[in-house]
Amino acid sequence: MNEILSSFKKLSLISTLGLHDIRGRYRRSAIGPFWLTISMGVMIATIGVVFGQIFRSPMDEYLPFLAAGIILWAFFTGTINEGCTGFIEAEGMIKQLPIPLFVHILRVLWRNLLILAHNILILPLVLLVMGKGIGLEALLAVPGLFLVAVCLSWIALLCALLCARYRDLAQIVVSVLQVAFYLTPIIWMPSLLPDRMGATFLQFNPFYHLLELIRAPLLGAVPSLTSWLVILVIAIVGWGFTLLVFSRLRHRVAYWL
Amino acid sequence: MAQIQFIQAGVEIPIFNASSRSLKTRLMQVATGGRLSADQSGHVVMRALQDLNFTLSDGDRVGLVGHNGAGKSTLLRVLSGVYHPTHGSVVSEGYVASLIDVSLGIDHEATGRENIFLRGALLGLTKKEVSAKLNEIIEFSELGDFIDMPMRTYSSGMHLRLAFSVSTVIRPEILLMDEWLSVGDEGFKHKAEERLTELIQATKILVIASHSRDLIMKTCNRVLWLEHGNIKMDGAPDAVCQAYFG
Repeated sequence: MNEILSSFKKLSLISTLGLHDIRGRYRRSAIGPFWLTISMGVMIATIGVVFGQIFRSPMDEYLPFLAAGIILWAFFTGTINEGCTGFIEAEGMIKQLPIPLFVHILRVLWRNLLILAHNILILPLVLLVMGKGIGLEALLAVPGLFLVAVCLSWIALLCALLCARYRDLAQIVVSVLQVAFYLTPIIWMPSLLPDRMGATFLQFNPFYHLLELIRAPLLGAVPSLTSWLVILVIAIVGWGFTLLVFSRLRHRVAYWL
Repeated sequence: MAQIQFIQAGVEIPIFNASSRSLKTRLMQVATGGRLSADQSGHVVMRALQDLNFTLSDGDRVGLVGHNGAGKSTLLRVLSGVYHPTHGSVVSEGYVASLIDVSLGIDHEATGRENIFLRGALLGLTKKEVSAKLNEIIEFSELGDFIDMPMRTYSSGMHLRLAFSVSTVIRPEILLMDEWLSVGDEGFKHKAEERLTELIQATKILVIASHSRDLIMKTCNRVLWLEHGNIKMDGAPDAVCQAYFG
């Protein structure tokens, strides 16, 4: 627990490293990190046109839904997948400096939040083109994002910890997230589900709730109380479990790398 | 006040071969009752340090001697807090810093200036603190306009000069070193020597691993001789060097 808290004293280090990661990736390119925005925009446009036709969804409803969904999904998977290699990639640092381990996870989270900040620029553009406004509800996305980040950080920490020991776990996580992508309403709208069965099934998908907490307010709706409660419980229980595992294993990590 | 106390401390490093590291073998093992992999997954461990007992306190200038693989680097890692002892305990008081790898964290694509911030952050300095010392660091490194060029354009001497200049701005209570740092051409070497000596004088405890008798005799007032992870001898430089170097 102390180690987690002391990580927050290293915010300066985290922001420097996270920013540096992004800068490093796009060094010597003219528009830099906005390549992220562009490639994401192209992907959304393509999927939007193709699946919009297939599902026969009204574009003004489907495109903003898709844009918000894909952007947020990229943030979730980015954080979790990079969390898996969080400790492995920081091997040099972990074996040389006694920096609290959670710092490396916060670095991943911060890096992905920065990417999210670049990608989210697409959404107002899409809303504008589709002639839709953005309501006051959008403010609810802020606490939503906060809670989601709390949730993702324990998932990333747990993944980093276990992946440092069992290296194939990272591949499993990638596949699981791939499956989750199709099971979660991102490129298909929940209204397309045939009956109540499907809707009930959806309630058991934690990724759906994670997504709803931010996506719903951005699209002018209030997330359901169920979503809030589910994610709150996942955040608390998840952190409790992770802290338990982490406190037992954290001293072993340097030996595993 | 700085102090480090080792109480029956030992370190066992698990050696994972590719197979025992994977989850598949773990699961297979469960499925086959552990028989299949009994011979290969018997968790090979390396006893790097065993039952160390010693106390370092203010004013100690400790030299670590021992053959390759005697446990010097592992001991330095335990001292820095990177390795947590698997047996016994280590109680450490005071801010520890190491000059073991001064280039850690340096990115060759980034400019010298960016790397100063990066390296500074890793040393535990805030952005403000680095900014305050920025000019001093740049001046000391004598890199001039090169400071805004990517590090990959630097010669290895320039690279080390920058790394050294940043890494020595801190004033730790406990300083860990692996051999003496020797940087740059004649002129710079002299300056670096001075800076390093000053840094060492300011620290309360110094631990330096070395194979050089001269260095140990010059800087240390106590020497630990490690052999196979045990302390073979602990005493004044004269006596231990006499026994170790012959």
